This record gives sequence, C-alpha cells and structure tokens, in this order.
Amino acid sequence: MLRFITGRLIAMVLTIFAVSFVAFAIIQLPPGDYLTTYMATLSANGDRVDPAAIEALRQQYGFGEPYLVQYWKWMSGIVLRGDFGQSFEWKAPVTTLIWGRLGNSILLEGMAVVVMWLVALPIGIYAAVRKYSLGDYLATIGGFLGLAIPNFFFALILMYLSYVYFGETIGGLFSPGMENARWSPARVWDFLQHAWAPILVLATAGTAELIRILRANLLDELKKPYVTTARAKGLSEFRTIMKYPVRVALNPLVSTIGWLLPALVSSSVIVSVVLNLPTAGPLLLRSLTSQDMYLAGAIIMLLGVLTVIGTLVSDLILAWIDPRIRFGNK
Amino acid sequence: MAVETMTDTTQPLTVKRAKRESQFALMWRRFKQHKLALVSLWIVIAFYLVAMFAEFLAPTDPSAYSARYTYAPPQGIHFISTNEDGSWAFGPYVNGYKSEVDPKAMRRVFVIDPEEIIPLQLFAPSKPYNLMGFIPMTVKLFGVSDPKAPLYIMGADRLGRDLLSRLIHGTRISLSIGLAGVTLSLFFGIVIGGFAGYYGGRFDSAVMRVIEFIRSMPTIPLWLGLAAAMPKDWSPLQSYFAITVILSLIGWTELARVVRGRFLSLRTEDFVTAAQLDGASDWRIVTRHMVPSFTSHIIAAATLAVPGMILAETALSFLGLGLQAPIVSWGTLLQDAQNIRTLASAPWLLTPGICVVVVILALNFFGDGLRDAADPHGR
Repeated sequence: MLRFITGRLIAMVLTIFAVSFVAFAIIQLPPGDYLTTYMATLSANGDRVDPAAIEALRQQYGFGEPYLVQYWKWMSGIVLRGDFGQSFEWKAPVTTLIWGRLGNSILLEGMAVVVMWLVALPIGIYAAVRKYSLGDYLATIGGFLGLAIPNFFFALILMYLSYVYFGETIGGLFSPGMENARWSPARVWDFLQHAWAPILVLATAGTAELIRILRANLLDELKKPYVTTARAKGLSEFRTIMKYPVRVALNPLVSTIGWLLPALVSSSVIVSVVLNLPTAGPLLLRSLTSQDMYLAGAIIMLLGVLTVIGTLVSDLILAWIDPRIRFGNK
Repeated sequence: MAVETMTDTTQPLTVKRAKRESQFALMWRRFKQHKLALVSLWIVIAFYLVAMFAEFLAPTDPSAYSARYTYAPPQGIHFISTNEDGSWAFGPYVNGYKSEVDPKAMRRVFVIDPEEIIPLQLFAPSKPYNLMGFIPMTVKLFGVSDPKAPLYIMGADRLGRDLLSRLIHGTRISLSIGLAGVTLSLFFGIVIGGFAGYYGGRFDSAVMRVIEFIRSMPTIPLWLGLAAAMPKDWSPLQSYFAITVILSLIGWTELARVVRGRFLSLRTEDFVTAAQLDGASDWRIVTRHMVPSFTSHIIAAATLAVPGMILAETALSFLGLGLQAPIVSWGTLLQDAQNIRTLASAPWLLTPGICVVVVILALNFFGDGLRDAADPHGR
C-alpha cells in the first residue's frame, strides 16, 4: 500500500509540474508582456510611471530573459513565497484575490459530487435490478437528456423558470447581507437556499453518466453464478443485491471520478459565469478578457492542481476498496 | 442462329453465385435494426442540409436589422384565415404586429395583431445572392411579397434581426466547426495513436502519459486561456480556424486512444503476421491491411466526438471568447440570452439551445448505433 501511495504521489508531483508549465505558457501567450500592459494601463489612467518600480518588477519577473528563466522565477515565487504575482487589474497580489473564490469552487464541486453519488446510486441500482421497467426507461431517457443539455443552457432555463414562475432571480451564493458574515446556522441556510441551483446543474451530467455506468456494471454482475448461489442459500433479495453485486459494481464507479472531476471543474467555470457565483470561474473569465495574465495563469494552474489532487484521492479510495489495484497485477 | 446456339451452350455453365455483401452493406443492415439511431440519422442529415442550403432557407438576411421590431415576439405560421364574412381561406400566412404600451414596465412592446394578415409565398423573390458561395440565386424558399412587411416567425432579437434566419445561418457555423474540429482531431489522433499503437514501446508510453495528462486537465479553463490569446483583430475566418485548432488540441486524445487500442489488438492478428512474413512494408501493412479493418470503428468514434466539439464551441462562444460577433453560431446567439431580464421579456432567444440539445442527442444516438453496427462481435 505504501509503495502504491508513494508511486501515485510522485506521479502527482510530475503532473502538477506539467500543469504549471501549461499555465505559464498561457500567461506568456498574449502578445507583449505583462509589464508593457501594466505600463500602458498606468499611463492610460494618468498615473505617473515610476521607472524604479518598473525596473524592480522587471527584475522580479525576469522579463526579457529566456522563457525558462521567467518560468523559474514565477515558479520559485509560488513554491518558496506563495507569491502568484500581481493582478494589474485589481492592483493586488493574486493570492488575496483567489483563495476565497477557490474555496467556494471547491465547496460547490464537492457538494455536486456528493449529490451525484446520492442520486445516482439508488437510481442506478433500481434501473439494473428492474431492467426494462418503466423506471429504467425513465432513467435512461433522463440520462440521455442530462448528457445532451449543455450545463450553461440548463442554468439559463432554471433562471428563466424561477424568474417567471416564482418571481425570483437565482444567482449568487449568498444574500447581500450574508456575504461576509461568519459561518453560522443562518449563513448555512442562506447558502443552501442559493446553492441548490448550481449544484443541481453541476450534478446533472455526472449523475447521468454514473447511472449509466452503474447500471451496465451491475447488469454484468447480476448474471454471475455467485448471485444465484446467494439466492439459493435463502438470502433476502435486498441483502443478496446490496451485499455482493453492488459492492463489486461500485469499484469501476470510483475510478470514474478521475475523469468526472475535470468535467465538473470545467462546467463549474461556465455555470458560475451564468449564475454569477463568487467562484473562481467568473474571475478567470474576467482576467482573461482583460489580459490580466498572472491572475488567469494562477487560476488555471490551481484549478488544474485541484483536479489532480481530486483524482489522487479517488485513486487512493479505489486502492483502499479494491485490493487488486493495491497490490498491482503481478 | 449462331448467337442462339452459343447462348444455349453457355447456359449450363453459369453457376449460381452466392450473394456477397460488402462490409458496408452488412453494417447498414445491422444499423437499420436500431430504430432510434435510424431516426437520429435522418435528423442529423436534415440539420446538415439546413447548414448547406442556409442562404436559400433563411427568409431574410441574418444581419438585416430593424429598429422598429426590437424583441418582436414570434409570429408562428398560420394556415387557415377567416374573413369577416365568416368564409375561410387556406394558405400560409403570418400576423402583423401592433405596438402597445406595457402599463407595468412602462415601455413600448410589440404584440401580435391577429387582424393583420401577411401572406407567405413559396419561392419568394429576393435580392440576388450566391448559394453556397457560387450558385447565383434570386429566390428564397419562402418569404413575404411585400419586402417591408415584418417576417419574424421565431421572433426578433435586440436589434430586430430575424431569429429564424440567424438560427439557420448559425447551424452552418456550429455544425461545420464540429466536423472541422473532428477532422483535425482525427488526423492527429490517427497519426499519433497509430504510431504509438504500431510501434509500442517507449514512444507508446510517452504518448499515453501525455494523453492522460491532457485528459486530467479541466478543459474549459484551458480552452478559455488559449482562446483569449487570439488576437482581437483577426478576421472571422482566421478566428474560425483558430477555434477549430484549439478544440482539436484536446479533442485528438480520445481518438488517438481508440486508434492506438485498435492497432495494439490488431498487431498480433494472424493476417498482419502473414503480411509481415510476405515482406510487406510497414506502410503497406498499416494502410492496406490494418486501417481498413477498423475504419468503421474510427468513423463511429469520430461521430461520437462531434457533439463534444459542438458543445465546446457553443460554450466558448457563449462566454464571449470563441467566435466573435459578425459570425453567427448557436453559441454567439445564446450570448444574447445571458441576461435574465432580456430572457424574461424575450424567452424565444433560448431556441438556439434547443437546437443544440436536439443535434447532440441525435448525434449521440447515431454514433451509438454506428458503433454497435460496426462491432462484429455484437449481437
């Protein structure tokens, strides 16, 4: 187990390294460097450009130096000092801008994963056990719809329906008075009142996929002789299904988190923009349109790192429940 | 006479040949049993026909605006009109508009005026245009005889442009970008996946690591980052191709995996070994023996990749970082529907989204059917 974990950890560090490289490439993509843009904004605002300050920035980020040197300066700032650079649009260090929003992103995505599993498990089991029943067909149709509706379109429809039928605009994560309050039962309640819509939208596609996989896995398992044996031994139907085939069918499902998570992070970006949520998504979009590249690069990198960590967690859970993976196929 | 004798002598020699069916015919027979896939195929064909003949089908110019009819509600098409004396006539027509002041919002709104009847005409004359860019035409499928009469079957947008015409033109862009993106991804996928699968070894594992890495990244932030780097002054055509390239940068991974998997499983097949022993070159083995045996799988996988491309383009354009304003795609059309207040007063702006859902569903069912039909080990 220890060997498995260290192997996965090394792979994770390498992946994060690659993620940072990609993020830095995106920072570098727009024509001109950050400093030229920064100076242009300063002079556009009528501020005086201090040559000493500019020179200090040039030194710090290594502008004009080779790509790798610049990357090294950026990367070492992050690792050694936790410094992601400056956002020139907000005139603040990137770190002060992103942590709160990233926290909201993680919270939403985590809750979406939980909802996905809570909904998909019973429906998937039902659809497999009662194959070709009305409920199974409904689940299949719902699954296909869930996969075909773009999540931002789903969010738009929800917004429209709630506005027309309930006269409420859904959006945001907190009521105006609650935004900066401390966590309290009242704030949690307020959060849940706002968060149901994005969680519902985020969970739909994943739920559809999970149901499909669970149904297929379970159908394979239900045919196997050990199920017949369990039945012949007089186990109750509920116990027969839940204790053996469901547990086996769950294993491949856990490994789906690996690709479910990138999709979830992706869709949370776009859904947050539609529903105007204080998560990392709208900040990323805004920083990209205004070419605030250090902010954009930091968000892309952190979203990537989060995904990688999430995948690692799912791998570890999978290894924990499935000894075949833990010990490798020797 | 001589001819007759000849036919007489050859007659007994003709042997009744066993009926041979090509691989395609076999696939088609299996595919036809999948009713949902068959229906979806027709839907997909219909959408692509709309995309091809967009100029002919769209009743008005997609960029023609009219300040008089901003957010005009959908007219719909009616067929039976009743006259004042109680008699009725059959023929397609639309209703005109009258403006009213909404007492709640205190602004002018357009409502349908059921009194006014604007007859529709098949093959209505229009300004000259080029169908598909090279066939000069002067008629549209349908239109109104009076060029000043409003024609907004599906309603109008903020600038009083006809949503139906824009939707039809958007179909062309959205569907073609799906095809173009998949074609490019397929090229990369076949080349990279093919090499990895055929040669295996270190190159294969390096490629697989890269694919795993790309697939473990959230795509939207990456696409956004790449699209944002696109210079703002690029022409519509340039940005169209740039978006295609950006989408395929991630899209190739899935197809490469499919191709590699096929190559790996075929490499040890007897017919490949036989060809190798015959002294066939690598190139000949790959192109003449291996590729034909999995073309159908690749086509199915490519079909299933199209919806993802369409969704991605729609999402990017919706966020304002994909295709830009003069280009009409389903994504840029949905951009108008971002604001809840606009949406509440003009819900018909959501129709492009319905088109997206229908096409995605149809392509998925079609691709599923194709995959099942291509699988020789299937039922």
